[in-house]
Amino acid sequence: MSSPANRAAVLDSTSSRATRVLGWLTLAGFAVLVALAFAWVPEDTRITEQGDVVGQFDAVRLMFVHVPSAILAYTGFGLTFLASVAYLRWRTDWWDIMAHSSAEIGVVFGVLTLVTGSIWGRPTWQTWWEWGDVRLVTTLVMVLVFIGYLAVRRIPADSAVQARRSAVIALVGTANIVIVNRSVDWWENRTLHQQSTLIARKIRDETLFTLSFALAVGMVLFAWLLLHRFRTAYLERQVEELEVQEALVQRRAEASLGGDRA
Amino acid sequence: MPPAMGAALVRDAWLVAGKDLRIEMRSRVGLNQIAPFAVTVLVLFAFALDTNQEALRTYAPGLFWVTVLLASLLAIGRSFAVDLADGAADRLLLSGIDPIAVFGGKALAIAVQLVVLEVLLGAGVVLLFDVTVYRYGLLVCAGLAAAAGVATAGTLYGALVAGLGVRETLLPVLLLPVVAPVLVGATRAFQDAFGVAGAEGWAWLGLLAGFAAIYGVFGALSYGALLEEA
Amino acid sequence: MESAVRLRAAVTLLGRFPALAGVDLDIVPGEVVLLKGPNGAGKTTLLRLCAGLCPLASGQGWVLGHDLGEERRMVRRRVALLGHRTGLYDDLTVAENVGFWARAAGASHQDVDEALERLSLAGRLADTRAGRLSAGQRRRASIASLVVRRPELWLLDEPHAGLDQQSRDTVDALVRGAAAAGATVVLATHELERIRVLEPRVVSVVSGMAHVDSDVVGSQGDAARHGGRLGP
Repeated sequence: MSSPANRAAVLDSTSSRATRVLGWLTLAGFAVLVALAFAWVPEDTRITEQGDVVGQFDAVRLMFVHVPSAILAYTGFGLTFLASVAYLRWRTDWWDIMAHSSAEIGVVFGVLTLVTGSIWGRPTWQTWWEWGDVRLVTTLVMVLVFIGYLAVRRIPADSAVQARRSAVIALVGTANIVIVNRSVDWWENRTLHQQSTLIARKIRDETLFTLSFALAVGMVLFAWLLLHRFRTAYLERQVEELEVQEALVQRRAEASLGGDRA
Repeated sequence: MPPAMGAALVRDAWLVAGKDLRIEMRSRVGLNQIAPFAVTVLVLFAFALDTNQEALRTYAPGLFWVTVLLASLLAIGRSFAVDLADGAADRLLLSGIDPIAVFGGKALAIAVQLVVLEVLLGAGVVLLFDVTVYRYGLLVCAGLAAAAGVATAGTLYGALVAGLGVRETLLPVLLLPVVAPVLVGATRAFQDAFGVAGAEGWAWLGLLAGFAAIYGVFGALSYGALLEEA
Repeated sequence: MESAVRLRAAVTLLGRFPALAGVDLDIVPGEVVLLKGPNGAGKTTLLRLCAGLCPLASGQGWVLGHDLGEERRMVRRRVALLGHRTGLYDDLTVAENVGFWARAAGASHQDVDEALERLSLAGRLADTRAGRLSAGQRRRASIASLVVRRPELWLLDEPHAGLDQQSRDTVDALVRGAAAAGATVVLATHELERIRVLEPRVVSVVSGMAHVDSDVVGSQGDAARHGGRLGP
């Protein structure tokens, strides 16, 4: 923050024309998505050679929330990782705020992924939680790691100290997720757990289109959230900076009073 | 890295490890508090599983490693509390010892304590849970590799939270998800060693060694940046 | 001549509180400087800044020729900071404590014995665990583990606090010895009487700012010799 006063004049609210456009796009997109998901896409069924009716039935509609959430959660965590690397390289507030903002959004989408996945799993896999699914377990550990990351960020500390500490946690946590993913994969393959009952098959065109649309709406929502979160954090920093400047002026005034007396 | 610098690193790491271990030998916190805690957890598991000898034998590897991880939190917290007690942490910063050596020394001391704890708990599992060991070599290697992994990751996170007011509650939240692969790998290796499941123990040992290596390198490299703050 | 300490508009924050609000200070090598001021004025923070333990929020600083922004690790290994806390491990004996810091600094066994001797810690006390010492003995053990490092800059924060008469004399002898050996000494103390014999330059610290004082503890001539704010 080279000149906080100048930037404060430019930025006195977290909304701008761009975010308002993104916000309205998100709302409109959601309305269309609801219509598509419930009215247009048929339920997922398939008739086996034996004549049994199998599939996800209405639960397939949850995919339109679940899949984009998962992609956006990993986008958030990935952004946090990149921003943390960039912070350690360039040591600017901008990257630190970026890492913090995207981690928060990543955790929100991560929890949404787990909840919707769990609800989807109940009718489809006949269980709320399937330990045999690598992606599920990996996502859970990832969310836990970043909840810890956010816990560290909530502890008051010198901003440079906190930024450095957080960046290291983000780096280690992200690298760790690769190890978790590999180990869970091997772990799963050596258990008696039944493999996922999903059978590879062609996804209906309606479903595929709606899924892509949902992802696009999710991306817009993500950008909207990130812009607002980033600006909120940025304004918080500026308030802190102003408070420090004020305290500095006050302390200097005290010093000159005390100095006269001495 | 010039060899003289490497030798100095090893010497200083040895110095720090010796200091930490001597303090632990003298204070007996490990013997009087951490070890009884760990044994108590084993006993609680036995109560929870309803004196079902068969279940205890089957799940002994997992219960063993959960207990080690819980006890390791205490050992790691203690390692940093000793430095913070009367300002020795500042003096370590001022001492001129390279952060890499401090990291190595503290991790080594924690690993040694964990190995001692594993031996004790191993005896406890054999006695209380009626476990038979079939592959001693695998057991020893997995025990050492897992201790190294937990110690390196634990030292890194211990330093991260050291000096924060809430370190007792923060360390478990940060460390436990990270050491989950150690739990998976070490449990599988022990299942093989105990003969309770046909796991490929030596393959899991590779995961444990890889984990320790990654965290050893990463911890050594980032330790300086973490200590820099103060 | 290179300054031992050179600060320009140095600001140090504790959280969001500006403990140092823009300090200008020059200390030449071999000088003895007394920091005077009320509690909370920033004396401790100033000493920690000079030790390379606190970051500069703004302004510039050099200690023993090293930039406080870039080379704090170089500063740290050449200074000794005696703070409110002793830095001792309670479960180690005095000799083990001093020996650990000596070996960390590359000093020899002989240095350890000398330091223990100088601070009257040789013999039975050397083999006593630090946790069983009195406050005065602890302070002496703490100082002994700094002596072995042969620091070029001594930063002493209330070195007399909580000490008995004999230990105070030991501290004074130490400061005299360090100054005589050419080291720079900066100390914060309320015991102005004891320090008078060292003829220090007095710097007042008030509300995070430093002023070179006209109200000198030593003789006026010495103050003039050492010069004003910018040094000789």
